[in-house]
Amino acid sequence: MSAVAVDGVWKYYGDFPALRDIRLEAAAGSCLALIGRNGAGKTTLLRIIAGFSRPGKGEVRILGNAPRETATRRSIGFIGHGIAVYDELSALENLTLYAKLYGLADPRRTALEWLEHTGLERVRDGLVREFSRGMRQRLAVARAFLHNPSVLLLDEPFTALDDRAIAVLQRLLREGLAQGKTIVMSTHQLREALELATHVALLNRGQVAFEGACTPEMAADPGLVYARYGEG
Amino acid sequence: MEFARQVFVIAAKDLRAELRTKEAINASAAFALVILLLFSFAFDLDPDTNREIASGLLWLVFAFAGTLLLNRSFARELPNDCLDALVAAPLPASALFLGKSLANYVLLLAIELLSLVVFGIFYNVRWTVQFGELMVVLALGTWALTIMGTIFSALTVNIRLREVMLPILIYPFLVPALMGAIQLTLGLMAGKPIGPDTASWLPMLIGFDVIYTAVSVFLVEQILVG
Repeated sequence: MSAVAVDGVWKYYGDFPALRDIRLEAAAGSCLALIGRNGAGKTTLLRIIAGFSRPGKGEVRILGNAPRETATRRSIGFIGHGIAVYDELSALENLTLYAKLYGLADPRRTALEWLEHTGLERVRDGLVREFSRGMRQRLAVARAFLHNPSVLLLDEPFTALDDRAIAVLQRLLREGLAQGKTIVMSTHQLREALELATHVALLNRGQVAFEGACTPEMAADPGLVYARYGEG
Repeated sequence: MEFARQVFVIAAKDLRAELRTKEAINASAAFALVILLLFSFAFDLDPDTNREIASGLLWLVFAFAGTLLLNRSFARELPNDCLDALVAAPLPASALFLGKSLANYVLLLAIELLSLVVFGIFYNVRWTVQFGELMVVLALGTWALTIMGTIFSALTVNIRLREVMLPILIYPFLVPALMGAIQLTLGLMAGKPIGPDTASWLPMLIGFDVIYTAVSVFLVEQILVG
Protein backbone atom coordinates (compact mmCIF):
# COMPACT_ATOMS: atom_id res chain seq x y z
CA MET A 1 0.00 0.00 0.00
CA SER A 2 1.27 3.48 -0.89
CA ALA A 3 1.66 5.93 1.96
CA VAL A 4 0.34 8.69 -0.30
CA ALA A 5 -1.83 7.92 -3.33
CA VAL A 6 -3.28 10.55 -5.62
CA ASP A 7 -5.74 9.07 -8.08
CA GLY A 8 -7.13 11.08 -10.98
CA VAL A 9 -7.30 14.38 -9.12
CA TRP A 10 -8.72 17.43 -10.87
CA LYS A 11 -9.10 20.86 -9.33
CA TYR A 12 -10.85 23.79 -10.95
CA TYR A 13 -10.69 27.45 -9.96
CA GLY A 14 -13.76 28.69 -11.79
CA ASP A 15 -13.35 27.26 -15.29
CA PHE A 16 -9.57 27.04 -15.00
CA PRO A 17 -8.23 23.54 -14.38
CA ALA A 18 -5.38 24.03 -11.90
CA LEU A 19 -4.84 20.27 -11.72
CA ARG A 20 -5.63 17.82 -14.50
CA ASP A 21 -5.92 14.12 -13.81
CA ILE A 22 -3.00 13.90 -11.39
CA ARG A 23 -1.94 10.36 -10.58
CA LEU A 24 0.97 9.95 -8.17
CA GLU A 25 2.07 7.54 -5.51
CA ALA A 26 4.66 7.72 -2.76
CA ALA A 27 5.68 4.52 -1.04
CA ALA A 28 6.29 4.42 2.70
CA GLY A 29 9.81 5.60 3.48
CA SER A 30 10.22 7.44 0.18
CA CYS A 31 10.67 11.14 -0.54
CA LEU A 32 8.78 12.53 -3.51
CA ALA A 33 9.92 15.93 -4.77
CA LEU A 34 7.23 17.84 -6.65
CA ILE A 35 8.91 20.27 -8.97
CA GLY A 36 7.59 22.67 -11.57
CA ARG A 37 7.39 26.32 -12.52
CA ASN A 38 5.32 28.85 -10.59
CA GLY A 39 1.64 28.15 -11.18
CA ALA A 40 2.24 24.53 -12.18
CA GLY A 41 -0.09 23.35 -9.40
CA LYS A 42 2.36 22.12 -6.76
CA THR A 43 0.84 24.03 -3.85
CA THR A 44 -2.71 23.22 -4.94
CA LEU A 45 -1.82 19.54 -5.07
CA LEU A 46 -0.12 19.58 -1.66
CA ARG A 47 -3.10 21.37 -0.12
CA ILE A 48 -5.43 18.71 -1.51
CA ILE A 49 -3.17 15.93 -0.21
CA ALA A 50 -3.12 17.64 3.20
CA GLY A 51 -6.91 17.91 3.23
CA PHE A 52 -7.10 21.71 3.21
CA SER A 53 -8.94 21.68 -0.08
CA ARG A 54 -11.21 19.18 -1.80
CA PRO A 55 -10.50 17.92 -5.31
CA GLY A 56 -13.11 18.54 -8.00
CA LYS A 57 -12.68 14.95 -9.16
CA GLY A 58 -10.53 12.04 -8.07
CA GLU A 59 -9.37 11.05 -4.63
CA VAL A 60 -6.41 11.15 -2.29
CA ARG A 61 -5.49 8.41 0.17
CA ILE A 62 -2.99 8.79 2.97
CA LEU A 63 -2.02 5.47 4.53
CA GLY A 64 -5.18 4.10 2.95
CA ASN A 65 -7.53 6.70 4.44
CA ALA A 66 -9.10 9.97 3.31
CA PRO A 67 -7.06 13.05 4.29
CA ARG A 68 -9.81 14.57 6.46
CA GLU A 69 -10.19 11.51 8.71
CA THR A 70 -8.99 12.23 12.23
CA ALA A 71 -6.54 9.31 12.23
CA THR A 72 -5.03 10.54 8.98
CA ARG A 73 -4.59 14.07 10.30
CA ARG A 74 -2.69 12.70 13.29
CA SER A 75 -0.22 11.10 10.88
CA ILE A 76 0.43 14.24 8.78
CA GLY A 77 2.98 16.96 9.44
CA PHE A 78 2.62 20.01 7.21
CA ILE A 79 4.91 22.93 6.56
CA GLY A 80 3.36 25.53 4.28
CA HIS A 81 4.32 29.01 3.18
CA GLY A 82 3.48 30.47 6.61
CA ILE A 83 5.11 29.37 9.84
CA ALA A 84 1.70 28.60 11.42
CA VAL A 85 2.63 29.76 14.91
CA TYR A 86 1.12 32.65 16.84
CA ASP A 87 3.15 35.84 17.18
CA GLU A 88 1.47 36.79 20.45
CA LEU A 89 2.25 33.47 22.17
CA SER A 90 5.63 32.28 23.39
CA ALA A 91 7.53 29.47 21.67
CA LEU A 92 6.63 27.10 24.51
CA GLU A 93 2.96 28.14 24.48
CA ASN A 94 2.78 27.61 20.72
CA LEU A 95 4.23 24.12 20.80
CA THR A 96 2.22 23.16 23.90
CA LEU A 97 -0.94 24.32 22.12
CA TYR A 98 -0.27 22.07 19.11
CA ALA A 99 0.79 19.18 21.35
CA LYS A 100 -2.58 19.48 23.12
CA LEU A 101 -4.47 19.67 19.85
CA TYR A 102 -2.74 16.48 18.70
CA GLY A 103 -3.68 14.82 21.99
CA LEU A 104 -0.10 14.05 23.03
CA ALA A 105 0.34 12.48 26.47
CA ASP A 106 2.57 15.16 27.99
CA PRO A 107 2.23 18.31 25.88
CA ARG A 108 4.63 20.47 27.87
CA ARG A 109 7.40 17.89 27.96
CA THR A 110 7.06 17.22 24.22
CA ALA A 111 7.15 20.96 23.54
CA LEU A 112 10.30 21.35 25.64
CA GLU A 113 11.97 18.44 23.85
CA TRP A 114 11.29 19.98 20.45
CA LEU A 115 12.50 23.37 21.57
CA GLU A 116 15.74 21.63 22.49
CA HIS A 117 15.90 19.73 19.15
CA THR A 118 15.60 22.99 17.25
CA GLY A 119 17.93 25.01 19.48
CA LEU A 120 15.22 27.27 20.87
CA GLU A 121 15.20 26.17 24.51
CA ARG A 122 16.83 29.41 25.68
CA VAL A 123 14.07 31.55 24.19
CA ARG A 124 11.21 29.24 25.12
CA ASP A 125 9.30 31.95 27.01
CA GLY A 126 9.95 34.70 24.47
CA LEU A 127 7.04 35.88 22.33
CA VAL A 128 7.32 34.72 18.73
CA ARG A 129 6.83 38.28 17.47
CA GLU A 130 10.23 39.10 19.02
CA PHE A 131 12.00 36.22 17.25
CA SER A 132 14.34 36.54 14.29
CA ARG A 133 13.20 35.03 11.01
CA GLY A 134 15.46 32.02 11.42
CA MET A 135 14.15 31.30 14.93
CA ARG A 136 10.56 31.52 13.70
CA GLN A 137 11.34 29.05 10.95
CA ARG A 138 12.92 26.59 13.34
CA LEU A 139 9.84 26.87 15.54
CA ALA A 140 7.69 26.11 12.50
CA VAL A 141 9.75 22.98 11.88
CA ALA A 142 9.30 21.93 15.52
CA ARG A 143 5.55 22.53 15.22
CA ALA A 144 5.31 20.26 12.17
CA PHE A 145 7.36 17.44 13.69
CA LEU A 146 6.30 17.40 17.36
CA HIS A 147 3.51 14.83 16.98
CA ASN A 148 5.87 12.40 15.22
CA PRO A 149 3.96 12.31 11.90
CA SER A 150 4.53 9.42 9.52
CA VAL A 151 3.78 11.52 6.42
CA LEU A 152 5.41 14.92 5.95
CA LEU A 153 3.94 17.34 3.44
CA LEU A 154 6.26 20.26 2.81
CA ASP A 155 5.46 23.20 0.58
CA GLU A 156 8.67 24.96 -0.44
CA PRO A 157 10.31 23.96 2.86
CA PHE A 158 13.73 25.44 2.09
CA THR A 159 12.52 28.78 0.76
CA ALA A 160 13.72 31.73 2.83
CA LEU A 161 15.29 29.48 5.49
CA ASP A 162 18.59 30.57 6.97
CA ASP A 163 21.54 28.17 6.97
CA ARG A 164 20.86 26.91 10.47
CA ALA A 165 17.18 26.27 9.77
CA ILE A 166 18.08 24.44 6.53
CA ALA A 167 20.54 22.27 8.47
CA VAL A 168 17.93 21.52 11.16
CA LEU A 169 15.29 20.66 8.58
CA GLN A 170 17.59 18.49 6.47
CA ARG A 171 18.76 16.60 9.55
CA LEU A 172 15.18 15.98 10.66
CA LEU A 173 14.13 14.90 7.17
CA ARG A 174 17.04 12.49 6.88
CA GLU A 175 16.23 11.04 10.30
CA GLY A 176 12.58 10.80 9.26
CA LEU A 177 13.40 8.92 6.07
CA ALA A 178 15.63 6.56 8.04
CA GLN A 179 12.69 5.91 10.38
CA GLY A 180 10.42 5.09 7.43
CA LYS A 181 8.52 8.36 7.24
CA THR A 182 7.17 9.43 3.87
CA ILE A 183 7.94 12.89 2.54
CA VAL A 184 6.18 14.79 -0.23
CA MET A 185 7.69 18.19 -0.85
CA SER A 186 7.16 20.84 -3.44
CA THR A 187 10.20 22.91 -4.17
CA HIS A 188 12.09 25.27 -6.41
CA GLN A 189 15.32 24.59 -4.51
CA LEU A 190 16.23 21.55 -6.59
CA ARG A 191 19.69 21.02 -5.15
CA GLU A 192 18.51 20.70 -1.51
CA ALA A 193 15.45 18.69 -2.52
CA LEU A 194 17.14 16.25 -4.83
CA GLU A 195 19.73 15.45 -2.14
CA LEU A 196 16.85 13.92 -0.17
CA ALA A 197 14.43 12.83 -2.88
CA THR A 198 14.01 9.21 -3.88
CA HIS A 199 11.43 10.13 -6.53
CA VAL A 200 10.70 13.19 -8.63
CA ALA A 201 7.49 14.39 -10.24
CA LEU A 202 7.50 17.35 -12.60
CA LEU A 203 4.23 19.27 -12.82
CA ASN A 204 3.59 21.36 -15.87
CA ARG A 205 0.38 23.40 -16.19
CA GLY A 206 -1.49 21.15 -13.79
CA GLN A 207 -0.37 17.87 -15.33
CA VAL A 208 2.32 15.36 -14.43
CA ALA A 209 4.96 15.78 -17.17
CA PHE A 210 7.38 13.31 -15.62
CA GLU A 211 7.43 10.91 -12.71
CA GLY A 212 10.20 8.55 -11.78
CA ALA A 213 13.03 7.64 -9.47
CA CYS A 214 15.55 10.31 -8.66
CA THR A 215 18.77 9.24 -10.37
CA PRO A 216 22.31 10.30 -9.44
CA GLU A 217 22.29 12.12 -12.78
CA MET A 218 19.39 14.30 -11.63
CA ALA A 219 20.95 14.98 -8.25
CA ALA A 220 24.19 16.06 -9.99
CA ASP A 221 22.39 18.29 -12.49
CA PRO A 222 19.17 19.60 -10.93
CA GLY A 223 18.07 21.28 -14.17
CA LEU A 224 18.06 17.98 -16.06
CA VAL A 225 14.42 17.10 -15.46
CA TYR A 226 13.26 20.52 -16.62
CA ALA A 227 15.49 20.31 -19.69
CA ARG A 228 14.22 16.86 -20.68
CA TYR A 229 10.58 16.93 -19.70
CA GLY A 230 9.66 20.53 -18.96
CA GLU A 231 9.48 23.47 -21.23
CA GLY A 232 13.24 23.98 -21.19
CA MET B 1 -14.77 14.52 26.87
CA GLU B 2 -12.04 14.80 24.24
CA PHE B 3 -14.27 17.15 22.24
CA ALA B 4 -14.82 19.41 25.27
CA ARG B 5 -11.07 19.45 25.95
CA GLN B 6 -10.36 20.54 22.37
CA VAL B 7 -13.01 23.27 22.60
CA PHE B 8 -11.43 24.63 25.78
CA VAL B 9 -7.89 24.47 24.32
CA ILE B 10 -8.99 26.62 21.36
CA ALA B 11 -10.97 29.00 23.59
CA ALA B 12 -8.04 29.40 25.98
CA LYS B 13 -5.68 30.07 23.08
CA ASP B 14 -7.95 32.75 21.63
CA LEU B 15 -8.53 34.40 24.99
CA ARG B 16 -4.83 34.41 25.80
CA ALA B 17 -3.92 35.87 22.40
CA GLU B 18 -6.64 38.53 22.63
CA LEU B 19 -5.81 39.53 26.18
CA ARG B 20 -2.16 39.98 25.15
CA THR B 21 -2.85 42.14 22.10
CA LYS B 22 -6.23 43.61 23.15
CA GLU B 23 -6.76 44.43 19.47
CA ALA B 24 -10.40 43.51 19.14
CA ILE B 25 -11.58 44.06 22.70
CA ASN B 26 -10.21 47.61 22.86
CA ALA B 27 -11.85 48.59 19.57
CA SER B 28 -15.13 46.95 20.49
CA ALA B 29 -15.33 48.32 24.05
CA ALA B 30 -14.32 51.82 22.93
CA PHE B 31 -16.98 51.78 20.22
CA ALA B 32 -19.70 50.65 22.63
CA LEU B 33 -18.81 53.25 25.23
CA VAL B 34 -18.48 56.10 22.74
CA ILE B 35 -21.90 55.36 21.22
CA LEU B 36 -23.53 55.21 24.65
CA LEU B 37 -21.88 58.46 25.73
CA LEU B 38 -22.63 60.31 22.49
CA PHE B 39 -26.24 59.20 22.58
CA SER B 40 -26.66 60.34 26.18
CA PHE B 41 -25.24 63.79 25.37
CA ALA B 42 -27.08 64.14 22.05
CA PHE B 43 -30.55 63.50 23.48
CA ASP B 44 -31.62 64.94 26.80
CA LEU B 45 -34.37 62.44 27.56
CA ASP B 46 -36.52 62.04 30.65
CA PRO B 47 -36.11 58.82 32.73
CA ASP B 48 -39.28 57.20 31.33
CA THR B 49 -38.13 57.68 27.76
CA ASN B 50 -34.68 56.43 28.71
CA ARG B 51 -36.22 53.20 29.99
CA GLU B 52 -38.27 52.83 26.80
CA ILE B 53 -35.33 53.22 24.46
CA ALA B 54 -32.83 51.42 26.69
CA SER B 55 -33.51 47.96 25.34
CA GLY B 56 -33.22 48.83 21.65
CA LEU B 57 -30.23 51.10 22.19
CA LEU B 58 -28.32 48.53 24.21
CA TRP B 59 -28.88 45.64 21.81
CA LEU B 60 -27.93 47.75 18.80
CA VAL B 61 -24.74 48.80 20.59
CA PHE B 62 -24.04 45.14 21.48
CA ALA B 63 -24.63 44.08 17.87
CA PHE B 64 -22.38 46.76 16.35
CA ALA B 65 -19.64 46.43 18.96
CA GLY B 66 -19.90 42.65 18.68
CA THR B 67 -19.25 42.78 14.95
CA LEU B 68 -15.94 44.55 15.55
CA LEU B 69 -14.94 41.82 17.96
CA LEU B 70 -16.22 38.90 15.89
CA ASN B 71 -14.54 40.12 12.73
CA ARG B 72 -11.19 39.25 14.28
CA SER B 73 -12.17 35.75 15.27
CA PHE B 74 -10.93 33.85 12.21
CA ALA B 75 -8.97 36.80 10.80
CA ARG B 76 -6.63 36.30 13.78
CA GLU B 77 -5.55 33.01 12.18
CA LEU B 78 -4.47 34.56 8.88
CA PRO B 79 -1.03 35.95 9.79
CA ASN B 80 1.50 33.09 9.49
CA ASP B 81 -1.22 30.82 7.99
CA CYS B 82 -2.24 29.51 11.42
CA LEU B 83 -5.65 28.51 10.08
CA ASP B 84 -3.99 25.82 7.94
CA ALA B 85 -2.34 24.33 11.02
CA LEU B 86 -5.66 24.31 12.90
CA VAL B 87 -7.49 22.72 9.96
CA ALA B 88 -4.70 20.14 9.69
CA ALA B 89 -4.86 19.28 13.41
CA PRO B 90 -6.91 16.23 14.37
CA LEU B 91 -9.81 18.06 15.93
CA PRO B 92 -13.29 18.32 14.44
CA ALA B 93 -14.01 21.63 12.71
CA SER B 94 -16.96 21.93 15.08
CA ALA B 95 -14.58 21.88 18.09
CA LEU B 96 -12.52 24.64 16.48
CA PHE B 97 -15.67 26.62 15.80
CA LEU B 98 -17.16 26.16 19.26
CA GLY B 99 -13.84 26.98 20.92
CA LYS B 100 -13.65 30.24 19.02
CA SER B 101 -17.31 30.94 19.76
CA LEU B 102 -16.73 30.36 23.47
CA ALA B 103 -13.82 32.81 23.54
CA ASN B 104 -15.85 35.40 21.62
CA TYR B 105 -18.78 34.85 23.97
CA VAL B 106 -16.68 35.56 27.06
CA LEU B 107 -15.19 38.70 25.52
CA LEU B 108 -18.52 39.99 24.25
CA LEU B 109 -20.23 39.38 27.58
CA ALA B 110 -17.46 41.34 29.30
CA ILE B 111 -17.99 44.27 26.93
CA GLU B 112 -21.75 44.10 27.44
CA LEU B 113 -21.44 44.16 31.23
CA LEU B 114 -19.11 47.14 31.00
CA SER B 115 -21.60 48.86 28.69
CA LEU B 116 -24.43 48.17 31.14
CA VAL B 117 -22.52 49.83 33.96
CA VAL B 118 -21.81 52.91 31.82
CA PHE B 119 -25.40 52.89 30.62
CA GLY B 120 -26.71 52.82 34.18
CA ILE B 121 -24.58 55.82 35.12
CA PHE B 122 -25.26 58.05 32.12
CA TYR B 123 -28.92 57.18 31.52
CA ASN B 124 -29.99 56.95 35.14
CA VAL B 125 -31.71 53.59 34.55
CA ARG B 126 -31.65 51.01 37.34
CA TRP B 127 -31.01 47.97 35.20
CA THR B 128 -30.16 45.74 38.19
CA VAL B 129 -33.77 45.46 39.46
CA GLN B 130 -34.37 42.27 37.46
CA PHE B 131 -30.72 41.31 37.44
CA GLY B 132 -31.13 37.51 37.19
CA GLU B 133 -33.61 37.58 34.32
CA LEU B 134 -31.65 40.27 32.52
CA MET B 135 -28.52 38.10 32.70
CA VAL B 136 -30.46 35.15 31.24
CA VAL B 137 -31.67 37.29 28.31
CA LEU B 138 -28.19 38.77 27.89
CA ALA B 139 -26.66 35.28 27.84
CA LEU B 140 -29.16 33.98 25.26
CA GLY B 141 -29.04 37.03 22.99
CA THR B 142 -25.27 37.21 23.13
CA TRP B 143 -24.94 33.53 22.22
CA ALA B 144 -27.03 34.13 19.08
CA LEU B 145 -24.87 37.13 18.19
CA THR B 146 -21.66 35.22 18.89
CA ILE B 147 -22.53 32.07 17.02
CA MET B 148 -23.66 33.93 13.89
CA GLY B 149 -20.69 36.29 14.03
CA THR B 150 -18.22 33.44 14.42
CA ILE B 151 -19.59 31.32 11.58
CA PHE B 152 -19.70 34.31 9.23
CA SER B 153 -16.22 35.27 10.37
CA ALA B 154 -15.11 31.82 9.11
CA LEU B 155 -17.04 32.32 5.88
CA THR B 156 -15.57 35.74 5.15
CA VAL B 157 -12.04 35.11 6.43
CA ASN B 158 -10.51 35.03 2.95
CA ILE B 159 -12.51 37.97 1.59
CA ARG B 160 -10.58 41.21 1.30
CA LEU B 161 -13.55 43.35 2.42
CA ARG B 162 -14.50 41.10 5.32
CA GLU B 163 -14.91 44.04 7.73
CA VAL B 164 -17.69 45.32 5.48
CA MET B 165 -19.12 41.96 4.53
CA LEU B 166 -19.56 40.57 8.03
CA PRO B 167 -22.17 43.09 9.24
CA ILE B 168 -23.99 42.97 5.91
CA LEU B 169 -24.24 39.21 6.17
CA ILE B 170 -25.05 38.69 9.84
CA TYR B 171 -27.58 41.41 10.65
CA PRO B 172 -30.39 39.99 8.47
CA PHE B 173 -29.92 36.59 10.13
CA LEU B 174 -29.83 38.18 13.57
CA VAL B 175 -33.08 40.11 13.26
CA PRO B 176 -35.28 37.43 14.89
CA ALA B 177 -32.89 36.91 17.80
CA LEU B 178 -32.36 40.64 18.30
CA MET B 179 -36.14 41.21 18.22
CA GLY B 180 -36.58 38.62 20.96
CA ALA B 181 -33.77 40.00 23.07
CA ILE B 182 -35.04 43.58 22.69
CA GLN B 183 -38.61 42.67 23.58
CA LEU B 184 -37.52 40.72 26.65
CA THR B 185 -35.11 43.43 27.80
CA LEU B 186 -37.71 46.18 27.40
CA GLY B 187 -39.75 45.11 30.42
CA LEU B 188 -36.71 44.15 32.47
CA MET B 189 -35.27 47.65 32.12
CA ALA B 190 -38.53 49.02 33.50
CA GLY B 191 -38.06 46.79 36.52
CA LYS B 192 -40.80 44.32 35.52
CA PRO B 193 -40.15 40.59 35.41
CA ILE B 194 -40.77 38.65 32.22
CA GLY B 195 -44.57 38.49 32.04
CA PRO B 196 -47.20 36.83 29.88
CA ASP B 197 -46.93 39.55 27.21
CA THR B 198 -43.23 38.90 26.55
CA ALA B 199 -42.72 35.35 27.86
CA SER B 200 -43.25 33.82 24.41
CA TRP B 201 -40.04 35.50 23.21
CA LEU B 202 -37.95 33.47 25.66
CA PRO B 203 -38.50 30.00 24.13
CA MET B 204 -38.20 31.64 20.73
CA LEU B 205 -34.81 33.08 21.64
CA ILE B 206 -33.69 29.69 22.98
CA GLY B 207 -34.96 28.09 19.78
CA PHE B 208 -32.99 30.54 17.64
CA ASP B 209 -29.87 29.81 19.67
CA VAL B 210 -30.27 26.06 19.24
CA ILE B 211 -30.99 26.32 15.50
CA TYR B 212 -28.14 28.78 14.81
CA THR B 213 -25.71 26.60 16.77
CA ALA B 214 -26.79 23.34 15.13
CA VAL B 215 -26.67 24.75 11.59
CA SER B 216 -23.27 26.38 12.20
CA VAL B 217 -21.76 23.22 13.68
CA PHE B 218 -23.12 21.24 10.73
CA LEU B 219 -21.71 23.64 8.11
CA VAL B 220 -18.35 24.65 9.54
CA GLU B 221 -16.35 21.74 8.04
CA GLN B 222 -17.64 22.66 4.58
CA ILE B 223 -16.79 26.31 5.17
CA LEU B 224 -13.24 25.71 6.37
CA VAL B 225 -12.28 23.06 3.83
CA GLY B 226 -13.07 24.53 0.42
